Amino acid sequence: MSIDFEPPYLHPDYRSTVLRAPTRPLVRLPEEWFHHLPGPVFGRVPVRPQDADLTRQHAGQPLGERIIIAGRVLDSDGRGIPGTLVEVWQANAAGRYVDPVDQHPAPLDPNFTGAGRCLTDPEGRYRFLTVRPGAYPWRNQPNAWRPAHVHFSVFGPELASRLVTQMYFPGDPLMPFDPVLQAIPDARGRALLVSEFDPDLTEPEWALGFRWDITVRGSSATPAER
Amino acid sequence: MGAETAAAPTPSQTVGPFFGFALPFPGDAEAVAAGPGSVRVEGQVLDGEGKPVADAILELWEGEQFARCRTDAEGAFHFLALQPAARAGQAPHFELTVFARGLLRQLATRIYLPDEEDANRADPALEAVPADRRETLIARRSGGVLLFDVRLQGDRETVFFAL
Repeated sequence: MSIDFEPPYLHPDYRSTVLRAPTRPLVRLPEEWFHHLPGPVFGRVPVRPQDADLTRQHAGQPLGERIIIAGRVLDSDGRGIPGTLVEVWQANAAGRYVDPVDQHPAPLDPNFTGAGRCLTDPEGRYRFLTVRPGAYPWRNQPNAWRPAHVHFSVFGPELASRLVTQMYFPGDPLMPFDPVLQAIPDARGRALLVSEFDPDLTEPEWALGFRWDITVRGSSATPAER
Repeated sequence: MGAETAAAPTPSQTVGPFFGFALPFPGDAEAVAAGPGSVRVEGQVLDGEGKPVADAILELWEGEQFARCRTDAEGAFHFLALQPAARAGQAPHFELTVFARGLLRQLATRIYLPDEEDANRADPALEAVPADRRETLIARRSGGVLLFDVRLQGDRETVFFAL
């Protein structure tokens, strides 16, 4: 049994949890028929190869530092999970989301939407080309700023492997002040959300590379392999 | 990093408020086209003050069916799916997963059918739930529509299952 680094539902420093975290105990069901329920099939979600390149979704190049984010989606046995859907979304280089809900007075970039998706390759690898997102303010506490981050949504083989999380950048000075990241009580858990700068992934005179592996719950092994 | 830590699952973070431009895709609330055997599921997500949760995204899972719906300003969501099947000794049900701003990790619940009383009585998941809270997992039927509200807190707080 591995360590569980999940944040609690209730973390009052992140104020939105106060009226949304369940107050009654969660009911635990047997893993065999709940957690190991096979995930759905995603033929309906349109995934095109160009969806993994967030810098070429418009007529011009987006502003900002061009970056590559790549890594593997691994199961609990450390095996790469092939063919699973990875979705990302993020703010632009100025720290502004295209989303109409975002009213931060930083400029939108007509050449950047900030949404991408891909399917992992046979070894469970994913790769996105994008720009480094900016930090942005929010109203959780006085003078609150979210560290730069990219949102990730991953499916994996089972109901319990479904994961929505955020990837951060190494050395970001805002991380110690961020109640969303700090909701994870153990520093080892927080470290799992921070990508590593990777010179080998970096492309000369083109883009900085950041490597980030994702481990989801559940095994992709067939019952016969277990 | 020790071997034990290396195998730890990547922790969750909130879906945040700004996912609406990225996660929905065309027709995603409909697992099937309307027709024989299909059922519409409608409901509202409510917070601890009974206010609508306008920035949630829900996923409906059942067999090979998958659908996803973002809540609107009233916290309302809807799905269209085939009637769920009874599987492995369990009453017919949908798995329902809830993501939202303020949820640091998703919540998992189930939608059972009101007209499957015998099957529901024998269902092992409903049996694991305190008797006075089971009704939070059973949809109401109004015409051809299944109504199912998700209450994150409060007297009738929906039962959620540990992931």
